[in-house]
Amino acid sequence: MSNRDDQPDMNRRAFLGQTALAAGAATVAPGVLLAVANGEADEGVTSDVRWGMLIDTNKCADGCTACVEACDKENGIDLIQRPQGQSDEMWNAQRPQWIRKLKVRDTQTGAVSNLPMMCQHCEHPPCVDVCPTGASFKRADGIVMVDRHTCIGCRYCMMACPYKARSFIHQDVVRQRTNAPRGKGCVESCNLCAHRIDAGQESTACQEACSAEGHKAILFGDLKDPQSEIAQALKAHESRQIRGDLELNTGVRYSNI
Amino acid sequence: MRSLSGIRRIAGLLVGGALLLLTTGAISDTAVTKGSKAAGMDSCVAPTADMRRNHMDYLKHDRDRTVHKGVRDTRNSLAACIDCHAEKSEAGGYKPVNAEGQFCASCHSYVAVNLTCFQCHSTTPQGADEKVSQNAAGGAGLGLLHGMEQPLSLTRDELQRLHAKVEGN
Repeated sequence: MSNRDDQPDMNRRAFLGQTALAAGAATVAPGVLLAVANGEADEGVTSDVRWGMLIDTNKCADGCTACVEACDKENGIDLIQRPQGQSDEMWNAQRPQWIRKLKVRDTQTGAVSNLPMMCQHCEHPPCVDVCPTGASFKRADGIVMVDRHTCIGCRYCMMACPYKARSFIHQDVVRQRTNAPRGKGCVESCNLCAHRIDAGQESTACQEACSAEGHKAILFGDLKDPQSEIAQALKAHESRQIRGDLELNTGVRYSNI
Repeated sequence: MRSLSGIRRIAGLLVGGALLLLTTGAISDTAVTKGSKAAGMDSCVAPTADMRRNHMDYLKHDRDRTVHKGVRDTRNSLAACIDCHAEKSEAGGYKPVNAEGQFCASCHSYVAVNLTCFQCHSTTPQGADEKVSQNAAGGAGLGLLHGMEQPLSLTRDELQRLHAKVEGN
């Protein structure tokens, strides 16, 4: 991975962004000041936090799917019914999955690791880059998600995601959970249980289930808070990003692979 | 002929009076369904006339704050609409708000405005505890996407009630 020519040039981007921002500020300054005066600018999530995960693959048990089941239940994925007459193959290929279990084997040594794979909540998400409508976006607190109100279902983001983290809803959905609206024709993926975070909880369904099983392979928390458990663990132990060569700075990191 | 026209006049007066009674009765009627939490409240988050005219804009404004900024305790949250306006069913669960005759569907089908919120959003509080699907309940068939195989039919009473609701602004 020595060829870096095809990577986005972050310095150039930052420069262009700042130039655009300065030009924008010069023209719309009165409006901006108005918004600040009304207190609208600083409501909601802030970039003072960045939510992330650290997954210890040594602790992730072979054959355990507690995280997947908990996610399905929390986000109403288990309520999606298989369309009539659809083959097993098609259903398994198309059913939505926010988190899935993977088994990776080192081809040279034969060493096997188990790990859960989901949206990696990149700092520079390719799905956001390619979205033609702005539906795929990154929240100030680092959560990458889809605004279904603007998603047109083009699936560019699914193509762009190196982690195969996104799913498309192919059929009409009759029953939903209040915290997880879902309908035919939109793309969706893990949102780090944003409804929990917005309610003040610092946990996700998968992390809770993993702890309840006694594995404690998933650690969830604020990457920017140096005192948080996850920041301490990241500092103490070696960890890596999957496809780190893409320089996406993922929010989900793995140790012992 | 004179006596006949007198009878006609009295009959006309009676019919007129009956109609007047009917309409005044209907105007005081409300779209709020009886078995819902909203029935026990004085008003919505804004005066009724305001909500009738502007609820769609309020919802649209606050949905962006919720999705993009994570503000979930907005004044105009769809989840809160459903919490309040869903009617309890005999089975112990809730009736979908977009089922025929329920709070959202009754006006939307009258004015033939398609109700698209519930293609994605849960139609009952807490979600998914009601076994009746929205299609089975028939609510999705009305509006602009009204199917040809199910012609819209309202009884005279229903039509009058709906009319009064809309005029009631």
